[in-house]
Amino acid sequence: MVTNSNIFSVNLVVDLQQIFHYQFMQHAFEAGTAVAIIAGIVGYFVVLRRSSFAAHALSHIGFAGAAGAVLLGVSPVFGLLTFTSGGGIGMAILGPRSANRDVQIGTVLAFMLGLGVLFISLYTGYATEAYSILFGEILGISSSDVFVTVVASLVILIAVGIVYRPLLFASLDEDVAEAKGLPISLLGIIFMLLVALATSMAVQVVGVLLIFSLMVTPSAIAQRLAKRPRSIIIISVLIALAATWSSLFIAFYEPYPVSFFITSIVFVSYVFVRFVYPSKICLMCRKKFNSMSLTKHVEKKHPNVFTEDKS
Amino acid sequence: MRSIRKHLDSDRQNMADNKMVTDSMRKEVVLAENLAAGYPGKTVWKDANFSFERGEFVAIIGPNGAGKTLLMRMLLGLQQPIHGTIKIFNTQPKRGNPRIGYVPQRHPIDRDTNIECFELVKLAFSGKRWGLGLPSKAEQKSALEALEAVGAAELANQPLNALSGGELQRIFLAEALVSNPEILLLDEPLSNLDIRRAKELVQLINKVVRSRNVTALLVAHDINPLLPFLDKVVYIANGKAATGKPEEVLTSESLTALYGVHIEVIRDSRGNVAIIGIEDHHGDE
Repeated sequence: MVTNSNIFSVNLVVDLQQIFHYQFMQHAFEAGTAVAIIAGIVGYFVVLRRSSFAAHALSHIGFAGAAGAVLLGVSPVFGLLTFTSGGGIGMAILGPRSANRDVQIGTVLAFMLGLGVLFISLYTGYATEAYSILFGEILGISSSDVFVTVVASLVILIAVGIVYRPLLFASLDEDVAEAKGLPISLLGIIFMLLVALATSMAVQVVGVLLIFSLMVTPSAIAQRLAKRPRSIIIISVLIALAATWSSLFIAFYEPYPVSFFITSIVFVSYVFVRFVYPSKICLMCRKKFNSMSLTKHVEKKHPNVFTEDKS
Repeated sequence: MRSIRKHLDSDRQNMADNKMVTDSMRKEVVLAENLAAGYPGKTVWKDANFSFERGEFVAIIGPNGAGKTLLMRMLLGLQQPIHGTIKIFNTQPKRGNPRIGYVPQRHPIDRDTNIECFELVKLAFSGKRWGLGLPSKAEQKSALEALEAVGAAELANQPLNALSGGELQRIFLAEALVSNPEILLLDEPLSNLDIRRAKELVQLINKVVRSRNVTALLVAHDINPLLPFLDKVVYIANGKAATGKPEEVLTSESLTALYGVHIEVIRDSRGNVAIIGIEDHHGDE
């Protein structure tokens, strides 16, 4: 798909015209945009609920589904959707804490990968199918896949819009949310279904093995840059979008896989944010904050807080 | 004639009953009769009778595994009594009662929880509602008032992971207060605090109890930081629960009588209490 006739020019308009001249690039941008948005949003809840390993496992469960679908001659997306949804509901029903059970999840994950390998070996076609499921093949996405992706993304957006506050509260402070009467188990199932759906979509872009790069890392970066859930989600979406778009752009000119560029961009951003950018600023803030004794500060404003006795 | 008199008598009786009901409605927030707590096949404690009134500061004291949290869970409607009755606001406990403010023992908040305190308190106000929810004035106002009530308005924009243990407990208290509850259930809020912070927090809770006229039930291991402020104490150990004023319950005689083994309550010159002689036995199998 990379031809020598595509040469990067300084004029971005010309570049983009050249890129969008190709239908596969249009499809890639459409699906990539939808996936980046939902991965950025759902990924925040994954990070908040510390379910990143569960999300990772779901993508592996999806691998078996996708390979099975290929074997049956259907689009891998349908296999992905069935298997990840089933796996997601299973994990949610096994217990709200099941998403944190590393060993159990790892066991199922390995079995599912094995199952996928069997399906792939039974499939008499080319091994490229397995390769594209494992590492993503966004440049080969069909117009019907784009349609499915956009519809699934809209479903996720609407669902998140409905459950946003209860899901956020249940993720942040489950015991209080339960006492307040929130349907904790139902929210757990909805969350896993959202992850299943988002994972199935994201696999097309970055593949089963690299799902972290879109579902977890952008949110992990955003969490270090903002303190309010809405801002974190917006930043997370922007990072996922920026990584996807710029990777597609670079991949148009360079003969390397898109998923490599996406994973590299989010990794470098994470390392930068983790070790360079906010730590210095935070350190300054904390020093300033610690320098004033908090008790004194509060007492000045509320003179009776610590002194009033039983009256 | 006799039947009319009987009728009148029963009417009078009904009126008397009604008066009793309204009286108890006015005062009693929690009422337990012959209450037993535990899990299917395992009674943790039984034969508990107590009542808490509006505006009382009550401590629930006892060793680990004695079943203190069970009482909280029963009041929250998360656990059914295995015998007897427990009533809160004169009805069976039901999950999601907005008149209860709850601070659980554990919060899943750690070094990675980079969300600011204000957001958590706001969520406690509106987290039950579906939909995205636009920022509302009522939400902002209630959250800020709750933070001010615990003297933590300055912490509003601090991320949760930057707070000390004592500060966090104040935020959790604000989270519980935001819905303007009539009863506070505080499960081991003092457990990770040093003595000074624990005293500060108890003073703050006492201030909230007195100024808002709410009932507070506080679960703790150690009664001493609480003693100067308490109206009542529930001492749960060894499968039984003793209730009453601290000076009545925490005596060698009353505890010895209740448990049937020799128990000594020792007081030092500063009024600190030590309870000696209760074996570390967790209920009847």
